[in-house]
Amino acid sequence: MNFKSDVLVIGAGGAGLTAALNAKESGASVSVLTKEYPTRSQTCMAQGGINAALGSASEDSIEAHVANTLKSAHGEADEEAVRFMCGEAINAVEWLDEIGVCFSRTEDSKIAQRMLGGASAPRACYAQDYTGLKILHTIYDRCLSQDIEILNERHLLELLKDENDNISGALVLNIRSGEVETHEATAVVLATGGYSRIYDKNSTNSSASTGDGIAIASRAGAKLIDMEFVQFHPTALKASSILISESARGEGGYLLNSKGERFTNELAPRDEVSRSIDAEIKRGEDIFLDIRHLGEEFIDEGLPQERKLAKLYENVDPVHELIPIRPVAHYTMGGVEVDHKSQTNINGLFACGECANHRVHGANRLGGNSLLEIVVFGKEAGINAAEFCKTKEKGTTPISEYTLLQELKEYKNEIDFYAKREEIGDLLYKNVGIVRQQEELLFAKEEIESLKKQLPLMGVSDKSKVYNTNITEFLEFRNMLDIAAVVIESAISRKVSCGAHYIV
Amino acid sequence: MMKISIKKSDGFVEFELPLSEITLLEALTYIKTKIDKSLVFSSGCRSSVCGSCSMRVNEREVLACSYKVQDGDSVEPLKNVPLVRDLVVDMEKALSFNAKSKAWLTKGQTAVELDHDDEKRNEVQSDCILCASCYSACPVYSVNEEFLGPFSLTRVWKYVSDKREDGEAQKIENIQTSGIWDCTLCNECTVVCPQNISSKADIEKLRSKSAGHGFMDPSFASFGGGFGFDGSPSF
Repeated sequence: MNFKSDVLVIGAGGAGLTAALNAKESGASVSVLTKEYPTRSQTCMAQGGINAALGSASEDSIEAHVANTLKSAHGEADEEAVRFMCGEAINAVEWLDEIGVCFSRTEDSKIAQRMLGGASAPRACYAQDYTGLKILHTIYDRCLSQDIEILNERHLLELLKDENDNISGALVLNIRSGEVETHEATAVVLATGGYSRIYDKNSTNSSASTGDGIAIASRAGAKLIDMEFVQFHPTALKASSILISESARGEGGYLLNSKGERFTNELAPRDEVSRSIDAEIKRGEDIFLDIRHLGEEFIDEGLPQERKLAKLYENVDPVHELIPIRPVAHYTMGGVEVDHKSQTNINGLFACGECANHRVHGANRLGGNSLLEIVVFGKEAGINAAEFCKTKEKGTTPISEYTLLQELKEYKNEIDFYAKREEIGDLLYKNVGIVRQQEELLFAKEEIESLKKQLPLMGVSDKSKVYNTNITEFLEFRNMLDIAAVVIESAISRKVSCGAHYIV
Repeated sequence: MMKISIKKSDGFVEFELPLSEITLLEALTYIKTKIDKSLVFSSGCRSSVCGSCSMRVNEREVLACSYKVQDGDSVEPLKNVPLVRDLVVDMEKALSFNAKSKAWLTKGQTAVELDHDDEKRNEVQSDCILCASCYSACPVYSVNEEFLGPFSLTRVWKYVSDKREDGEAQKIENIQTSGIWDCTLCNECTVVCPQNISSKADIEKLRSKSAGHGFMDPSFASFGGGFGFDGSPSF
């Protein structure tokens, strides 16, 4: 089957949907594809908030927001891009408010703001601890009101280019029917999310954060940058890697070791806190988050999800007990390089959200800046993609050289890729994790290279056409292997510690 | 060791698990990766916010990620939605009722200020994760497949109760047919909601708002015709 639109958005989280709305408003015809459904995207998991220097809670300024962001970025951010994002933050929050996001409010009818690590003022606007959920659902509702076409359960296989190397669409697998579809477009906006799941169960992320778009863009010739910068969130539940929001520390939570001692500044940037926890764990300590002193009423009002999840996954009630935690992979700063118009080095291919690298996070992202980024640069990518369509002549027919689905049928089923997926997650957590060493990085590199060679032995056993997740998970696994190789390579070439990349 | 039985596309299959004290999602992932690679189900966040892993256990809707699996459990896909395969269902039609219900904020009043109480008015409704548990549990679909349904009507209430909404009349008019009056107020939606939302209560609130706009229960209106021409009751 063939589909056509001016702008094709791939990914339907906050970034993709914002891009779609803006592309349509700019006059383009728009199609959105997602491998899930929009409201299942990673965006729904963001809890802490969205930064904007509104100054509702105490004095704040765009300048301070810029300074905090740049400091956390350790010199790896583009100051102009950071200034743009922080400057647009107020408009972004106003827009979200205008379309109906149920932000928490203060007694004097302002949008409530709270403190997150690395910030000089309470700057994160929040909706209880469901900020991402409520933002995503409201943007989704907005898309329905604007009649945006959203095609669900489509797995990206290949980005298509025409004979002049311009982007011209995408090849996708319709998961439900098992058919391969060609979606032709003049411009493509990639909004496919990050790659934290290369760490498998050592990640807070949805199992869908497998970096597909980044791996596939790279195969099409897009440039990836800063891939070694992976943010480890200090407080995930120990056994399940479920995130306990930074707002728990922002609101006054303590980190304690087995002796019940505090050992770090809980509100330092995430990389520093994660490293001090990691050092304690290596000393044989168990680490806990303590929010008991905040009180039941406060916890139920500000951190209800945290309480529910701690009870379910760790069998502890944070109102009365300590929460066992450890740092795990949470956000990936690296991604597809884009220019100041959110365009990649492939003509007509734009990118936004976690898969893109607008160089606003540098070596370490500040809490509250990721929801901000998806709204600010989602808008830019959408508008610029629509503008691109106005100036460019319609492309010629896309050329596809995709053969993997055919080849996969011939792959032997000797090695279980599910087992390897778990092994790689542990391998990367140990050797390409919070604290890195050259030897360990080289070891991980060899392991990944040898696994890549064994791929033809890791075939699928499910041969059905309809909804074959054995196949889609294989495709994700292959994408993650490619991404892991780039992460390791980038980590090896950066010899000096910087932000989240800490090398000894 | 426990045994659970899962309804795959071609019938129930029993699986033995050497595990305990785990969520159903962890059990399904174990089965998929270690026992039966052909089993299909949807999942995502593992923390009850993405709404992917809704299914039925012992004929009750649950999120697999927040349900502790028990020996002897029987797992099935959601009802009232077309089955795609095993535990995966097609959500397209169910979700289309959001657009049909016009569940969004009509853009207009931007100068309205909301305070803490305004925030609380529809806070619970905006916790919805679109898992469709309520939709699966709703008995109305056996008689009316076009019922706008519990989650979409809760969403309408979310926006109608928002002080910033200035298109209330159109929104209320839009949910009169196959909408609020088709609900039987059985409360099944409330019982199964993982987010403690009561669509039944929201529908009742929409009914009283509708009355304020001059609408009434059509089944009552046609019940023997109400009042006769001379004003005397005709029943």
